[in-house]
Amino acid sequence: MRLQSIFTIYKAELLRMRRTLIQSIVAPILSTSLYFIVFGSAIGSHINEIDGIGYGSFIVPGLIMLSVLTQSISTGSFGIYFPRFNGTIYEILSAPMSYIEVVIAYVGAATSKAFLIGLLILATSFAFTPVSIQNPGLMLVFLVLTCITFSLFGFMIGIWAGNFEKLQIIPALVITPLTFLGGSFYSISMLPPFWETVSLFNPVVYLISGFRWSFYGQGDVSLTTSFVMIGVFLSVSLIITHWIFKTGYRLKP
Amino acid sequence: MSDIITIENLSKSYASGVHSLHDVSLSIRKGELFALLGPNGAGKTTLISIICGLTKITHGHIQVGGYDIIHQYREARSKIGLVPQEITIDIFDSPWKTVRFSRSLFGLPNNDDYIEELLKSLSLWDKRNQKMITLSGGMKRRVMIAKALAHEPQVLFLDEPTAGVDVELRQSMWEQIRTLKSNGVTIILTTHYIEEAEEMADRIGILNNGQLVLVEDKQTLMQRMSTKQVSIELKDPLATLPNTLTPFHVSLHEHKFIKMRYDFEQETHTIADVLDTLKQNNLTYVDIQTEQDSLEDIFVRLTKS
Ligand SMILES: Nc1ncnc2c1ncn2[C@@H]1O[C@H](COP(=O)(O)OP(=O)(O)OP(=O)(O)O)[C@@H](O)[C@H]1O
Ligand SMILES: [Mg+2]
Repeated sequence: MRLQSIFTIYKAELLRMRRTLIQSIVAPILSTSLYFIVFGSAIGSHINEIDGIGYGSFIVPGLIMLSVLTQSISTGSFGIYFPRFNGTIYEILSAPMSYIEVVIAYVGAATSKAFLIGLLILATSFAFTPVSIQNPGLMLVFLVLTCITFSLFGFMIGIWAGNFEKLQIIPALVITPLTFLGGSFYSISMLPPFWETVSLFNPVVYLISGFRWSFYGQGDVSLTTSFVMIGVFLSVSLIITHWIFKTGYRLKP
Repeated sequence: MSDIITIENLSKSYASGVHSLHDVSLSIRKGELFALLGPNGAGKTTLISIICGLTKITHGHIQVGGYDIIHQYREARSKIGLVPQEITIDIFDSPWKTVRFSRSLFGLPNNDDYIEELLKSLSLWDKRNQKMITLSGGMKRRVMIAKALAHEPQVLFLDEPTAGVDVELRQSMWEQIRTLKSNGVTIILTTHYIEEAEEMADRIGILNNGQLVLVEDKQTLMQRMSTKQVSIELKDPLATLPNTLTPFHVSLHEHKFIKMRYDFEQETHTIADVLDTLKQNNLTYVDIQTEQDSLEDIFVRLTKS
């Protein structure tokens, strides 16, 4: 492992993110605050408790996940797309680094940023609604695993995308709907049985459920199921990443 | 002199089906300056990209400094610096930062003195903290060279380093390249300026349609392939050539110039023979001029067809 090379890219990525620091922090905090005002306070005050939790508090884990997923994917994909786009990737590919080191550097940087934003949103939510975290350790583990998995997913999109539109299209067309329908704003047990079953095919349900479990000690599915599912996503992402570098897909003609 | 790069039977076909290299074998000697010539699309960049790990090998083996570029890529790549054909930089970075990044990326400890020296030698020191978007094209290319040299490589690939560079700057780049060479760096450069190869190279390789059609010491090349043309200007006009001149394959132009082409190698008659014969025929001459083929002529001949 060439730690220095990894750290060089990691640091450069964080510095590059700093150029757009304000947007990348202010935007998610602002949108989360809006969600709290609209759903938590305005509408939420007319909604009964869900599973014994006030509505404002209930949506906290889902809202954090919503931002963390979006951030992980957009940061992860842009991080590797940018050097592909401006051509500077030649330097990374000709450096004496293994592909695993390259992945760790880029995904690590995206993970760090998404993780920080997750914590910031959590902090913001305290301003709007009572939040209790039953199992903080578990909460952090879930948060980190989600950041890693989806930064890696973003990394793959960044390698696949041939232009900026494609870079945006997966998050917009796939991830946003999955997150909204993944139980950010409701418990899937509130759905009719048919849609409840359909929801079980939505991977995001497991993330949000597990995450909510670490807050309130309950979720839509069991904690084990959530962990198994996130393990499955991570493994699939790792396998695809391995394949990308093995075949040189979109990187080495 | 030992070889620093050995390429054995290298072939490359892209997924699109384009065969851009056919069975190329080549050794680059330590410390030499090798100029790779060839028309657009000949495969020069492909060859360089493969050695540097940017493009996959279809068939064949390559070693750099004795290390296989696939199985011992870390050792092999540590020895290589690459200046790609296209200028590719992050325009929001500064030269200082990006060169430091390159060095660190290759796992070397910081050495700001070295980088200072490097930027000074490339006349970039004044611009070191400017965003690269504010630099001219020639300056950006020099930043690329500085990046390639940041990790003190033993081999430097320069893919058309002087394309789009003004005359003065080209001269100064040649000077810098010579300095690098005198510091022991092996240099492989591609160029479309034949005079650049003529000026700089120890050896010249010509790639045409993915095949290495020639590898030769520049000096030998200039001698071996060159044909000389001699033009003898007669004092008085002449209607036809005397029969005694027929064996020499000469021709008469404008009734005044006797012209003769000859190869250095296969020459059977010398100019002296011709001059003697002229004397025997009482023909007096006032001037003799010789013209020699340039590398450009050789290049055109080999890459035509
Ligand atoms: N990524 C690629 N995919 C498919 N074909 C390619 C690719 N890169 C290059 N080629 C083809 O390979 C051949 C050799 O290209 P290459 O860039 O090596 O030529 P070159 O000698 O560097 O030319 P130039 O002097 O124009 O730079 C060309 O036919 C080119 O179209
Ligand atoms: Mg080229």
